[in-house]
Amino acid sequence: MTAMIEARGLSLAIHGMPILRGVSFALREGETFGLVGESGSGKSMTALSLMRLLPEGAEASGEILLAGRDLMALGEAEMCDLRGREMAMISQEPMTALNPVQTIADQVAETLIVHAAARPREARRIALERLARVGLPPDAIPPDRYPHELSGGQRQRVAIAMAIALRPRLLIADEPTTALDVTTQAQILALLKGLVREEGMGLMLITHDLAVVAGMADRVAVMQEGRIVEEGDTESLFTRMRHPYTRALFEASAHQPERRPTARAEPLLVAEDVVREYRMPGLRLFGPAPRFRAVDHVSFTIHKGESLGLVGESGCGKSTLTRALLGLDPIDGGRIRLGGEEITAGRHMPARLRRRMQVVFQDPYASFDPRWKVGRLVAEPFHLLETPPEDPAARVAEALADVGLPADAADRYIHEFSGGQRQRIAIARALVLKPDLVILDEAVSALDVSIRAQILDLLADLQARLGLAWLFISHDLNVVRAITDRVLVMQAGRIVEEGETERVLTAPEHPYTQTLIKAAPQIPAAWRKALHG
Amino acid sequence: MIRYLARRLLSLALSLIAASIVIFAVIEIIPGDPAAYMLGLNASPEAVAALRDQLGLNGTAFSRYLDWAGGLLQGDFGQSYTYRVPVAELIGERIQVSLPLAAYALVLTVLIAFPVGLIAAARRGRPADWGIMAATQLGIAIPNFWFAMLLVLLFAVKLHWFSAGGFPGWEGGLAAGLKALTLPAIALALPQASILARVMRSSLIDTLHQDYIRTARAKGLTRRQALLRHALRNGLIPVLTIMGLQFSFLLAGAIIIENVFFLPGLGRLIFQAITQRDLIVVEGVVMLLVFAVIVVNFMVDIAYGAADPRLRRRR
Repeated sequence: MTAMIEARGLSLAIHGMPILRGVSFALREGETFGLVGESGSGKSMTALSLMRLLPEGAEASGEILLAGRDLMALGEAEMCDLRGREMAMISQEPMTALNPVQTIADQVAETLIVHAAARPREARRIALERLARVGLPPDAIPPDRYPHELSGGQRQRVAIAMAIALRPRLLIADEPTTALDVTTQAQILALLKGLVREEGMGLMLITHDLAVVAGMADRVAVMQEGRIVEEGDTESLFTRMRHPYTRALFEASAHQPERRPTARAEPLLVAEDVVREYRMPGLRLFGPAPRFRAVDHVSFTIHKGESLGLVGESGCGKSTLTRALLGLDPIDGGRIRLGGEEITAGRHMPARLRRRMQVVFQDPYASFDPRWKVGRLVAEPFHLLETPPEDPAARVAEALADVGLPADAADRYIHEFSGGQRQRIAIARALVLKPDLVILDEAVSALDVSIRAQILDLLADLQARLGLAWLFISHDLNVVRAITDRVLVMQAGRIVEEGETERVLTAPEHPYTQTLIKAAPQIPAAWRKALHG
Repeated sequence: MIRYLARRLLSLALSLIAASIVIFAVIEIIPGDPAAYMLGLNASPEAVAALRDQLGLNGTAFSRYLDWAGGLLQGDFGQSYTYRVPVAELIGERIQVSLPLAAYALVLTVLIAFPVGLIAAARRGRPADWGIMAATQLGIAIPNFWFAMLLVLLFAVKLHWFSAGGFPGWEGGLAAGLKALTLPAIALALPQASILARVMRSSLIDTLHQDYIRTARAKGLTRRQALLRHALRNGLIPVLTIMGLQFSFLLAGAIIIENVFFLPGLGRLIFQAITQRDLIVVEGVVMLLVFAVIVVNFMVDIAYGAADPRLRRRR
């Protein structure tokens, strides 16, 4: 079979910085081709090179052959004609990938209209058909909705409908499910699979997640620093893994840090019957506004030195619960006590209570003031002390050493650090007051697998040395399995299952937990065995 | 949308009440006797007392406020002390010049700023963009009265296309009236257009970096199509905000231009009223300007709702 699209010796530099170094691959009609790698490996730039939509300052060389025709030799007008008709692309962020001020039907129809494939009325009819094909039938999801009226998964379906409106031969999906929940991810992946089968298009699936390609791709290529280091059909690549980088990625994605149990019987944080409601932007001018119960009679206990996991999909109330635990928002019912003292939101909460609990968020960059040096950032919690420490610099240096950073890191700014280092700094800031409990809210979700493995090791080590308790909030079941003793499963504001992590993940009792575990992509066990055997 | 409108209307009414209280308080309650202030240092106590009576300054502040605000609602702004005519009548005459002038200048501003901003955004970083940025910088830096005088020298003195100043009144016909307002409107519009074009450019450039522009390009839209179909409407929100501010400014801020062109507008009225200490006129004109600003902001809010469906449902 001949290749539908082929890259030959594709190289790319942006403002003189080499990004791609001689990338070559070929994709056949009706085939799913997985491109795997960590951030900065050049996956997305490969996709943008194929579409010839590179950012300013980019210089590409090499050949890109679409059905034998070299795209690099085409002018912009010819490329505009090909984009959307022969090749289409969907990207990672369904929240920002759609025009917020245009209805979804208009956005899908536009693909047909700009290619003069249909008149407006006909284009709308086809658009509704395509929306129905991607699981948004007009009677359930009115086509005159705006993107902000849809969920993340629904928006990604709209983006797919736009991309496939003209039945292109090639669909490039750049991390199409990374921003979605596991159950939504499973649905979107199933949709893409069905489209490839029915429409016979080629799918180039770009992802950082080995388990996703394992279940989807016919062939896989692994990228590192702008090169394809290994390529082959999916099963043989997963069972052999000739290149050390592929192997390292694989090991890191299933990394289990060495932990020894530090949990004691003594309760540290006790939540009883916690309720938290929000006023909804209701439709009435007068009268009580309808209320939304984000946290619904939640009770649990974190013991000293214990690592407790909290899993659930977006919107289930995890973040609301976190804010209540930290005393940032008042609760509408129940009690939260830390070491026997009641947590109340606002000024009533004494500083000595606040300093026993610290938090680390998902985005390490957004949670720091970029104009402060790291030393000042890490020292910030000192304001919770009645008397400042005698030697704050030494305390900061100690906290930085705890997370494996040199003392001179204190004199630098946050932008000088990589994502993994920033997360270490966030952990150092949480540790500097020697708290009893640290809440990690999706703290490793934005990190590459190899960095994530290092941070997990760090967390396991810190817990063993300092006897800390973690509340580990994540949507990633693998991570929860690696780092927690017990786990809570949250759905629609309620805790639906609770128990030892290993037991809950291997023999889930609640149907929701079962759905979650089933939806999480897995590398087939037989392949794992073949690799290690 | 109805709910959104109702909320905006409520906020409009509350702003007006708050503004009237502040204006009333500033002019009447703050230390000093308005009547004595208006009559100057040499006034006899009898004259002051008579004026106090005429101004309705006897009674509690609250009852005087109610009288004044009640009058405003019926279009009664009081009696001008210097002109000896109802303030409403004075305002009615002057607004026939100021409102058309402001509207004319705003139309010119938009007609200049939109295409210029669009071109600069489409050609960003290229010579056309540099040229536009330099020209708008100059447009902001040149004082508008000086530019007005240049216009008079060229078009009135040298070419005799327009008269150098004055306003014939609308009785002479729409064309004559508009002709008299053309040079002042250009002088007013130029700096505003320079500002608006820059706002438009930077707003569009921000929008062009959004993911949905890349999505549009991946669908096969050309750069120009992506700009006009997707970036323009999204980039319009900050532009609308600035336009609202500019209209208020054009209405009230034309004092110097009205003086250069001898136009009998509100700006000159308030300027004269202040120098003549005619506080009743000042009070009335200020209240009217505040009313205009608040109504314009209300219209801008409505325009937001029309431009961005996400705002319609929010508080």
